[in-house]
Amino acid sequence: MKLLLKGGTVVDPGGGQSGPADVLIENGVISDVLSPGAGPKDADVIDVSKMTIIPGVIDIHTHLREPGFEYKETVASGTRAAAAGGVTSVACMANTDPVNDNGQITEYILEKAETTGVVRVYPVGAVSRGLSGEVLAEIGELAAAGVCALSDDGHVISNSDLMRRGMEYAVTFDLPVISHSEDMSLVADGVMNEGFVSTELGLPANPPQAEEIMIFRDVTLAQLTGARLHVAHISTAGGVEVIRRAKERGVAVTAETCPHYFTLTDDAVRTFDTNTKVNPPLRSEEDRRAVIEGLKDGTIDVIASDHAPHDIVEKAVEFSYAASGISGLETLLSLSLQLVRDGEMTLFDVVEKLTIAPARTLGLAGGTLATGVPADLTIVDTGEDWTVDPRAFFSKGKNSPFAGRSVPGRVKMTIVAGSIVYREGAIV
Amino acid sequence: MSESVEKVWERKDLLGIRDLDIWEIELILDTAESFLEISKRDIKKVPTLRGKTVITVFYEASTRTRVSFELAAKRLSADTVNISASTSSAKKGETLIDTARNLEAMAPDAIIMRHPIPGSSDLLGRHVRSSIINAGDGAHEHPTQALLDAMTIRQVKGGIAGLNISIIGDITHSRVARSNIYCLTKLGANVTIAGPATMIPTRVEEMGVRVVRTVREAIRDADVIMMLRIQRERQGKVLFPSDRDYARFFGLNLENMEEAKDDVTIMHPGPINRGVEISPEVADGPFSVILEQVTNGVAVRMAILYLLIGKGGSDEAAA
Ligand SMILES: [Zn+2]
Repeated sequence: MKLLLKGGTVVDPGGGQSGPADVLIENGVISDVLSPGAGPKDADVIDVSKMTIIPGVIDIHTHLREPGFEYKETVASGTRAAAAGGVTSVACMANTDPVNDNGQITEYILEKAETTGVVRVYPVGAVSRGLSGEVLAEIGELAAAGVCALSDDGHVISNSDLMRRGMEYAVTFDLPVISHSEDMSLVADGVMNEGFVSTELGLPANPPQAEEIMIFRDVTLAQLTGARLHVAHISTAGGVEVIRRAKERGVAVTAETCPHYFTLTDDAVRTFDTNTKVNPPLRSEEDRRAVIEGLKDGTIDVIASDHAPHDIVEKAVEFSYAASGISGLETLLSLSLQLVRDGEMTLFDVVEKLTIAPARTLGLAGGTLATGVPADLTIVDTGEDWTVDPRAFFSKGKNSPFAGRSVPGRVKMTIVAGSIVYREGAIV
Repeated sequence: MSESVEKVWERKDLLGIRDLDIWEIELILDTAESFLEISKRDIKKVPTLRGKTVITVFYEASTRTRVSFELAAKRLSADTVNISASTSSAKKGETLIDTARNLEAMAPDAIIMRHPIPGSSDLLGRHVRSSIINAGDGAHEHPTQALLDAMTIRQVKGGIAGLNISIIGDITHSRVARSNIYCLTKLGANVTIAGPATMIPTRVEEMGVRVVRTVREAIRDADVIMMLRIQRERQGKVLFPSDRDYARFFGLNLENMEEAKDDVTIMHPGPINRGVEISPEVADGPFSVILEQVTNGVAVRMAILYLLIGKGGSDEAAA
């Protein structure tokens, strides 16, 4: 079966190309990217005039919540949210219940993905058993079952020796270690960024240095162990700077940030809207600028969603009691495209952070439109703006601080392995 | 107060001082002055809020503040109900919003709430039609305390603009400090804060205050010294080494009072940790207006209730 996407503009940083082109898909893989009109006559044609064709977005930081928290999200609902957001692959974090700290849970998630999912799912295994931060999880078993990386994300590995041993063990299995970097003794009971806004609101706060200190520890341990370190959700100027220096020294470190860290500041917390409560917290304008600079100069490799869906009851409470997190899959691409709209970055560079860079970071398939690669694509109208309405999310998590915001880039179609999984507002 | 400007109180809630305009603060203070006299009568009651229902919900124990609100409501003839709530009920699945809706089903005109979490009265105000009065939300705001402080200063000093007012103690954990900083700076005072650096919040200068390192500096030019209560229950262990150390370096006592102006006024939101933030000789000394603060507290709370839920009622209050 041949499918020809005709009349669009291809932006494929992985393949180093950008411009008007038609994409030919055969048997679920990219068979060619051709000059406009040069495709075969016997293909089924989809007219994508005025649309932009990019490799399917790869989100290496999502929480699918299954098993254990199916009321917040399931593999089925989370992958539908992904598809609606133009995301064709997700790496899902291990803080489920039970924790994904053994091969059986990994297999369970992969099985759920196979039977109920609509995009690719790559489980991330835990570093420590039960995310306790005390003893190593069965990392070999996890690797054999097919995890793509190791992380205690959602929890911090405060014990430096355990982090070291986890990194060392991970090297054997060539797995990257993803760090949620916060010095918990400095975080203490903080529920927002420490700064002028927390001073006015009187909410317990934690300083940006909590992140910076832990990133420094982790890059230092990466240097010691030779492990591949990936630092999750960078939110601070200090964190960006530590990674910049580490990269200059040749440490094998990559980093990601999330749209909320380059879109919002702690000023958004003034409303006491619990949808602005995230972990790490929204930071200052200075930090926001530094995160954008980090994206521009390559210090930050990847944009990920940190999709953290929660049930309404966990957010409709006092700020301090509310769960942390944003349901982010469906706004990931558009909030990133806002960087292009604002003239901060080129479309080419933003697409790179969402496709080939995350694929390389975790060693995943896809992220480019090279011949022979699985045909995962996102077709987006970068010129069409839309208004975020969490009630319309496919995710069970309606927790978004972006409700009502007008954003650029409407996802028109999401294709996984040559099959259309999302088209114009509907899962296919 | 300017007679020519016609401004009408339209607020449903009193959540904090930050959002109040200067004319609103002055209106509250002027109204409170007019209520002060009622508390001096033989029969301390006017029918202004007859038929109105006021509920106090306190998630933290504070007899003084609750009683002050209750007296205020009763002197205006409102019916009052007190509910002591516990935040542990939140963990049993009853959320603040549920509680609020249940309360509202009882059709109160005003709900007065104290709660340990900043923003909780904002949350409540968004979910119920009743007027919400914030009686203290964590370390965020305690508007009626700041208003009664402003009223007291006005009485003693004849005005607030141009005064040097020092607030000393745990600024970080103090809702009294925040509301007072908003209130006093809006009314034109020069506000100085002091305390151990562990209790001075980040970038607090941006609130329009001067920060000094020693209590002596804060005392020196002050017309008014406002001491804050040490709130041990809100602090980790590392904020100060011991009561003894605190009292010696950050407390107000006869020794460092020698630096003070001859006509200095000493205030404290109470209850006092005697011998820690303020020595007994100073607390009970000639400069202290701590008891006047308590008296004014009732009048300010009467004024707030009148302005929020008394409109359309009897005009006796304004007489
Ligand atoms: Zn995390």
